[in-house]
Amino acid sequence: MKALRRLPIHVVILIAALFVLLPFLYGLLGAFKDNAQLSTNPLGLPSPWVPSNFTDVFSAGNFWRQLLNSTYIAIVTTVLLVALSALAAFAFARLSFRGREFYYVLFTIGLMFPFTVAVLPLFVLLRTVGLLDNPLGVILPQVAYGLPITIIILRAFFRAIPREVEEAATIDGCTAYGFFWRVLLPMARPALATVSVLGVVASWNNFLLPLLIFTDPNQMTLPLGVQQFQGLYASDYAKILAYVTCSMVPALLFFTVAERQLISGLTAGATKG
Amino acid sequence: MTGPDTRPALTETLGSPRRRDRGRGPLTAFGFLLPALILFVVLVLGPVLLSVYFSFYKWNGLGGLPQNFIGFDNFTRLWNSDIFQGDLRHGGLLLLLSLCVQLPFSLVIAVLLNQKIRGRAFYRLLFFIPYILSEAVTGVLFTLILEPESGLANQLLKSVGLPEWSWLSDPSSVLISLFLVISWKYFGFHTILYLAGLQGIPKELQEAARIDGAGNWEVFRHVTLPLLAPTIRISVFLSVIGSIQLFDLVYIMTGGGPAHSSETMAVTMVDYGVRRTQVGYSSAISVVMFLISLAFALGYQRFVMRRDLEGATTTTGNLR
Repeated sequence: MKALRRLPIHVVILIAALFVLLPFLYGLLGAFKDNAQLSTNPLGLPSPWVPSNFTDVFSAGNFWRQLLNSTYIAIVTTVLLVALSALAAFAFARLSFRGREFYYVLFTIGLMFPFTVAVLPLFVLLRTVGLLDNPLGVILPQVAYGLPITIIILRAFFRAIPREVEEAATIDGCTAYGFFWRVLLPMARPALATVSVLGVVASWNNFLLPLLIFTDPNQMTLPLGVQQFQGLYASDYAKILAYVTCSMVPALLFFTVAERQLISGLTAGATKG
Repeated sequence: MTGPDTRPALTETLGSPRRRDRGRGPLTAFGFLLPALILFVVLVLGPVLLSVYFSFYKWNGLGGLPQNFIGFDNFTRLWNSDIFQGDLRHGGLLLLLSLCVQLPFSLVIAVLLNQKIRGRAFYRLLFFIPYILSEAVTGVLFTLILEPESGLANQLLKSVGLPEWSWLSDPSSVLISLFLVISWKYFGFHTILYLAGLQGIPKELQEAARIDGAGNWEVFRHVTLPLLAPTIRISVFLSVIGSIQLFDLVYIMTGGGPAHSSETMAVTMVDYGVRRTQVGYSSAISVVMFLISLAFALGYQRFVMRRDLEGATTTTGNLR
């Protein structure tokens, strides 16, 4: 009877699962159909399977170029973000200097307002210094906006490393920099992995900033490319679905590798207290 | 080691001129901080201050600095604008729906998944996957799904004998449709948060309540829910901040239409700032968005989250 009592639970969860799954199925299967099949048979298996949507995406669009741009921007953003944050978090966690609390609060204030509110003056600023249509125009602001949360996570982690470790390193002749580089960073690998994954995902999915910065299709990132592609092939649904499917794949692959870090990073703050 | 530890702590020896402290002085400390600080001030604080400055001018954003000072005119124009009043209504409605429908739904799913049911690891992963997709991909996919003529949504309705719906093409249905897409993308994220919170609650407390004769609902209401409160507060916080800055999905799926019926503050801001080159007016919108977020964040942390640990925010909610 226990199984029967649990039936409603399974039904609710199954409905939620269908709600989540159907759009994916529609996208994946639809990408292998032609438009006639898509409107008469939206969810069934394609018959026949039409691979031409994908070959068109790969040959006609800027898919590969944009995949490369997204990857490049995500990697450079994350490396810079983690490097700068780690240095700052080290200063906040292990060193003392005038105004330390003030600067820390300054960074945490950055958490309070969304990126969107500063994007317009940022756009004007970047246009003035000539960073439009330049990857740096996206990378630098992404780093700047990632700093607060990354510093907060790393600072907490650095503080948790016992003082004895630092004293031992000092006795062995380590300077502050030597301790940071040779002792602290290697110990902080899990935290660094977590913040790196968050940085990659944030950069990968950013849309508004690339939208304002890039006008050259060869510079664009994938989210922007998807949107542009939809504008170009407005009525060719099957082809758009192929593009959508292709641009989901890298994110899903990354997720299978980094699922643990991503989820622990996102839930770390929220479950304290 | 014997005897009390009399070595001075590092923080106490800072600024000391002794040689072995070389490389630990305040200057070094500041050196660690400086690169991050410069970038943060120039690209985060600077633009916010700039938008305040721009908002007092009538300016197209080109050619040096703005000249035409007009005081609070941009703000009064904003206040009287039908589009902006619409923005506030749409944002408010979407937020209300998120708080009253999406978050409770996430909580129900989390509570169900917190039991030992078959395939729960799979479900947890599945529900989380939409969250990692970009809003751009999500928006394009759902534009096709909700297309009235041949989209999946209406085909499904037709196949089960229900009347077709206008989805994104009608002012009366567009916000509900957007809300469904937002929920599709974000409910799994909140479910994961709640699950993490639920797993932090010691089972003994719930068992003790059961021994005292509490039923399922009472255990949930009087034990689980209060202990989950900090997590719920964070999830509400992220929802509100997310609603204030909602842009990508709306811009891609409707562009704010039809007839401004789904426009949000961020969409109006970009429209005026970039397409119509009214940078002064558009900056006034940023300033209002900023003030709303700031007032909310301060008020919320002061009155709602004060019992929770400091720094316990993850504003990577939308990873922007």
